[in-house]
Amino acid sequence: MENRLRVLRAERAWSQQDLAGRLEVSRQSVNAIETGKYDPSLPLAFRIAELFDLPIEDIFVSPSRRSSKAI
Amino acid sequence: MSPAMKRYNWRVIWLSLLYAVFLLAAIFGFKHQLFGGFVAYIAAVLPALPIIGILGAMGRYLVEEQDEYVRMLTVRQSLWASGFALSIATIWGFLESFDLVEHVDSYSVAIVWFMGLAVGSIMNKLTLGAPVKC
Repeated sequence: MENRLRVLRAERAWSQQDLAGRLEVSRQSVNAIETGKYDPSLPLAFRIAELFDLPIEDIFVSPSRRSSKAI
Repeated sequence: MSPAMKRYNWRVIWLSLLYAVFLLAAIFGFKHQLFGGFVAYIAAVLPALPIIGILGAMGRYLVEEQDEYVRMLTVRQSLWASGFALSIATIWGFLESFDLVEHVDSYSVAIVWFMGLAVGSIMNKLTLGAPVKC
């Protein structure tokens, strides 16, 4: 799933390891989510949203909205 | 390494040691004809128990691992291992039934399953770019 995690992380000058520590996941998890190779569960998506103090949809791009925009 | 993975590694180390002890004891006992009747069955089955324990340790690890992405990688790895082991066992079974290959003891399936974990890890690397882990 497309997302703005890398941008949000960069804005705070956090490394992937920093973000992983704050989310209590591994660095490879953060990398997999950032690169769109893994879609986080809803609880983890909420943890990410709460960490950045943003609604989930401001971080993760809905696949259905993305495809409708493409049309 | 996650705390769950550390616990898994310790369990596997202890179970492997137990396996070696049970296996050596069984080989020694049967070689010197120390077992008979029901005890022989117990002695023959004992080395299987730590192997089953390692499979259980894998299940326990999946329950205890808090990192959902790492857990997903391990599930994929296990599924590849299961598919690999069952495929090899099925192929070998047919070859054996037509007398084209030698008989292989069925406990070898467990060994092939552990080899399959390496296949699963390579597939995770190829499809997701995850680090190779066995």
